[in-house]
Amino acid sequence: MTTSINTLPLKDRLLSLFYENLPHIKGNATPVANRLREQALAAFERQGFPNPKLENWRFSDISLLLETDFAFDFRNQSRPFDIEKIFTCDVYDLDTFSVTLLNGWFVYKNAPLTRLSNGTIIGSLAKAMEVYPEIVDKYLGKAAFAEKSGLVALNTAFIQDGLFVYVPEGVTVEKPIQLINIVDSQVPLLLQPRHMLIAEKGANVTLVHCDHSLTHNVSLTNTVMEVFAHPQAVVDHYKIQNKGRNSALFTSTFFHLQKASKVTSNIITLNGGFTRNNLNVTLLETETHADLNGLYLVDRNQHVDNQVIIDHAAQGCFSNQLFKGILDDQARAVFSGKIMVRREAQQTLAYQNNKNLLLTNEAKVNTQPHLEIYADDVKCSHGATVGQLDPNAMFYLRSRGISEKNARQLMMLAFADEVVQKINIEALRQRIGNMVEKRLKGELSICDQCVLHCSDKGHTTFNIDMSKI
Amino acid sequence: MLSIKDLSVSINGKTILDGFNLEIKAGEVHAIMGPNGTGKSTLASVIAGREMFDVDRGEITYRGQNLFDMAPEIRAREGIFLGFQYPVEIPGVSMASFMRTAINEKRKHLGLDPMSGAEFLKLMEEKKKLVEIHSKLTNRSVNEGFSGGEKKKNEIFQMALLEPRLAILDETDSGLDIDALKVVANGVNKLRSPENATIIITHYQRLLDFIIPDYVHVLFDGRIVKSGDKSLALELESKGYEWVKKEANMAAAH
Repeated sequence: MTTSINTLPLKDRLLSLFYENLPHIKGNATPVANRLREQALAAFERQGFPNPKLENWRFSDISLLLETDFAFDFRNQSRPFDIEKIFTCDVYDLDTFSVTLLNGWFVYKNAPLTRLSNGTIIGSLAKAMEVYPEIVDKYLGKAAFAEKSGLVALNTAFIQDGLFVYVPEGVTVEKPIQLINIVDSQVPLLLQPRHMLIAEKGANVTLVHCDHSLTHNVSLTNTVMEVFAHPQAVVDHYKIQNKGRNSALFTSTFFHLQKASKVTSNIITLNGGFTRNNLNVTLLETETHADLNGLYLVDRNQHVDNQVIIDHAAQGCFSNQLFKGILDDQARAVFSGKIMVRREAQQTLAYQNNKNLLLTNEAKVNTQPHLEIYADDVKCSHGATVGQLDPNAMFYLRSRGISEKNARQLMMLAFADEVVQKINIEALRQRIGNMVEKRLKGELSICDQCVLHCSDKGHTTFNIDMSKI
Repeated sequence: MLSIKDLSVSINGKTILDGFNLEIKAGEVHAIMGPNGTGKSTLASVIAGREMFDVDRGEITYRGQNLFDMAPEIRAREGIFLGFQYPVEIPGVSMASFMRTAINEKRKHLGLDPMSGAEFLKLMEEKKKLVEIHSKLTNRSVNEGFSGGEKKKNEIFQMALLEPRLAILDETDSGLDIDALKVVANGVNKLRSPENATIIITHYQRLLDFIIPDYVHVLFDGRIVKSGDKSLALELESKGYEWVKKEANMAAAH
């Protein structure tokens, strides 16, 4: 049953819906989670939705979107949904442990929660709250603070389901875990998945996180994810965003890194109406390593906004941000990268780079670095470029017989490739590289199938698989 | 093959080529020499189709067609090749995808099927030997991080792959040590045939010890002021350009 009241502003509707649906919303959540949600609701009531008066929302106005008459699924829809039927394509060389969320709810294949023989737990957060409340309670809300963000507050107030991953000490999860987040609704839907990933000491895990829509209907996804990397843990997180033009996707991801842990994040935005990625990384202890990459390829009226905050709170940590974008038509991009180096964070290495290619005069990008450095023995750098394709390189390519169109494509691919190369798993790197290529050739649309699975592996007439040389 | 008549070219209102004439037939090698700033590189760029110049007067006919009707890529597919004085670095574009794209676009233009990956790799290995490229040059981004010598070898390597009818080598010898110079010259010589022609643009006579030209032209103030055979290059080497300048000025005074 979907619920909708369309006479009030969205904020007020949500506040009243919260109390009306409280029993459903609470479900079997832990007392800790329920306490958290009450606090978060108050925090949301205080903050409301973000607006352009907030410094970090200056260039992203969502007021029109908030006028949508959204519906909400407060109960898991038990409608028949055979995910295997939708994703019929063969998985070629990318063997993943695949889980699906439909409209924010975990889709049970065999079981809501799988415990692998090595002790890794993968599955539904709602179910994890019943079966492993002690793990959930230990981490929930410990990285994402409702007081600091209206979106986090809203998500926390309505925590119901999402992905839960727990990797025990010393365990390497061999297969990447793939989360497929699907929105499929005949009415405009607001959904708020909540994800949690815990990598214990020395654990090693890769999560591929795909956001798709099955219809062109309006939807608003307000995702919050908390990732905890314990000492020496290695977490690779890849986000592939390929959404319909009427989709709005807010993703707030929080990483907490303990001693000598290592996190790679790569956010690839291929399509979307309005995409906002808040990436918050806290380097709590020494010798941690955060490699944060992003690629956004936007056209028409698409809007993508990446906000990175990296907090160097301990000595001797490394961080690198590389965000690149290609903007066509009237597309708009925003990048804000904040590097905070606290006084105790001596010997910090922190780098940031945002490069943009504008293909038209109407495309627009706002890029802002923020460096706040309180330690004196650090190496930090930042750079931002906004430009067009290099005319000398274009002429060089054309002088060899390459058409202007293909020369542009080669150059754009080359531009994007720097980010694609940051993907650690070769099969995934090839596949995403392939999707990026299709996207730049205008051959990738949001389709009714998971592009990660179905992306065409056939080579184009002019491209060559570099791995075979 | 190539006929340039009364060509005048300017950039931002400044005349660079002024009444330039040149006839090139298949099988010939022409050397164009001259002091700096006399329009040698402009000539090369105009033939290849760089759009930054204004053609104020004159015509260029290539194999019976008006060259100015052809986009740079069409000229290339029709067999014109420019060896750049300053090859451009293109990070992220691999040599292999670059050259395979170029070859297949040319083949398409000529009505041929695209070359398969295997065929292409074989061809690439073969041509690498021609210019004594031992490294995995083909695996790297176009010219990125290449030494000066590698960049010039890479130009000849591309030329070998594309098999042009008319190659224009713009200062290919600049910045090369004697060993690299020999390799480059050797590559060019192996590609010489009765069907194709070469224009060598150079400052010094040095390269012409290894690539023997049929004609040597001296470019001065935007036009050819003296032509001869290979002995002209030697004469220039011993007498310097001042000698030609003086002659040209005297001729202009009369």
